[in-house]
Amino acid sequence: MVEVEQTALPGIGLRHDFTTRAGQRVGVVSHRTGRRDLVIYDEDDPDRACQTVKLNDEEADALVELLGAPRIVQRLNQLHQQVEGLVSVQLPIPPGSPYAGRPMGEARVRTRTGASIVAVVRGGRVFASPGPDFVFHEGDVVVVVGSEDSTAEVADILANG
Amino acid sequence: MHETAVLFLEFGAVLLGLGVLGALALRIGISPIPLYLIAGLAFGTGGVLPLATSEEFISVGAELGVVLLLLTLGLEYNADELVTSLTSNARAGLVDLVLNAAPGAICALLLGWGPVAAVAMAGVTYATSSGITAKVLSDLGWIGNRETPTVLSLLVFEDLTMAIYLPVLTTVLAGLSLASGAISVGIALVTVTVVLVVALRFGRFIEAFVSSPSSEVLLLKVVGLALLVAGLAQQLQVSAAVGAFLVGIALSGELAEGAQALLAPLRDLFAAVFFVFFGLQTDPAKILPVAGLAALLALVSMVTKLLTGAYAARRAGIGRAGRARAGIALIPRGEFNIVIAGLAVGAGAHPDLGALAAAYVLILAAFGPLAAKLVQPFITAIAKRA
Repeated sequence: MVEVEQTALPGIGLRHDFTTRAGQRVGVVSHRTGRRDLVIYDEDDPDRACQTVKLNDEEADALVELLGAPRIVQRLNQLHQQVEGLVSVQLPIPPGSPYAGRPMGEARVRTRTGASIVAVVRGGRVFASPGPDFVFHEGDVVVVVGSEDSTAEVADILANG
Repeated sequence: MHETAVLFLEFGAVLLGLGVLGALALRIGISPIPLYLIAGLAFGTGGVLPLATSEEFISVGAELGVVLLLLTLGLEYNADELVTSLTSNARAGLVDLVLNAAPGAICALLLGWGPVAAVAMAGVTYATSSGITAKVLSDLGWIGNRETPTVLSLLVFEDLTMAIYLPVLTTVLAGLSLASGAISVGIALVTVTVVLVVALRFGRFIEAFVSSPSSEVLLLKVVGLALLVAGLAQQLQVSAAVGAFLVGIALSGELAEGAQALLAPLRDLFAAVFFVFFGLQTDPAKILPVAGLAALLALVSMVTKLLTGAYAARRAGIGRAGRARAGIALIPRGEFNIVIAGLAVGAGAHPDLGALAAAYVLILAAFGPLAAKLVQPFITAIAKRA
């Protein structure tokens, strides 16, 4: 487990930081204005930020996408290899889907197919374990775990209802 | 010439001059505050270009500037942060208070200015300029540094101390008796507590009242509320500045961010007027005789702030280099110190107090950020060798 330290910065926002296994300390300063700073600490002077990368909302999202979404899929693929007969698929909410703009609970995916929706990826952001009142948008990518057959059924439900 | 024409001509020339000075400060990379003060000295009595009619107008603008400065300062913090910093950093905060109030108080007593001036001078040397320090931290890329939370929570502690100190100062300056002084300090303490509790428990009701999708309505409501409370506080001898500060604290979250963005231009305008007004009141001829003393006081209080920062950072488990940076970040003095000196001068404290405070702030507002910039490479070099 990575131990992330959270520190309040009065008047500015929050800082999260942790040390990597290689001994490099990294952190993220979350400004209240929405700006994010990616901070790399100096190895000789561990209290000093030697590199500060300022990111606006879009850039932060892009970085999250690079780091986050592929990681989740990778993790799910590992899960898939571990358990025989279990697959994870990424299903888009296509234009014209009957569930675009409706809460996830109304699709009753688990009851009807036995497969589980474990995450929704929207615009580079990952919503892990969404609840039944999570509202789908057109263009969302839904990550589903289940058997071959049940995940195919989910694809049909999301496309045609 | 028509009086309005003269007023506009003078006020316009002053603002334009400040704009040019601000651009210059930006280019050199220092705070514009010392340049505004110098401009005020030039326009005031005994200056190169004394103003004829607009001084009264500028004096009202200056009062507004103080209210807006404190209001926006209050908006930066929410009640949670104040309470947390009060409970977790009380010891470092007290060290800060004792070490840095002492030089001013001792200096005033040695000069034989009496206890009232000593209380005022204690405030002048105590408060770090949170505005300048925040800018130094951001300009030098120190916001992510591990000693920065320590620095920021010291600033929060200082601002909270101000909420109690300013009423005390107002009472002492008014020459009230001990009993009525105690009453107004009591009122101040009760008000601060009530506002903190209200902000923590019922903040959303105030926000529901103030918030509005229209920025125009929001601006009018926030400024109106701040002025109303400031006036009330002034009437209760608690000091208008504290009233405005408390309104700022009571508002938090998204509303505070919106209000801050709206108020920033207004504050910049009137705060600049305030610094000029303080300069106007100070006779430039009086600055030179106290310059040496101001430099000595600046040197002493630089050392005391360095010690404060080092102590607080050490308590937070920060390494040697970080401790030095924490101390350096705390050196700049600015708006608060002038607010305090302004109150004292307005109440007729010792005539040299204004000149001394002006020279002192001139030195530390200009030198603080420069020192941080100059020292940075040395600190890094030392950290590398250690």
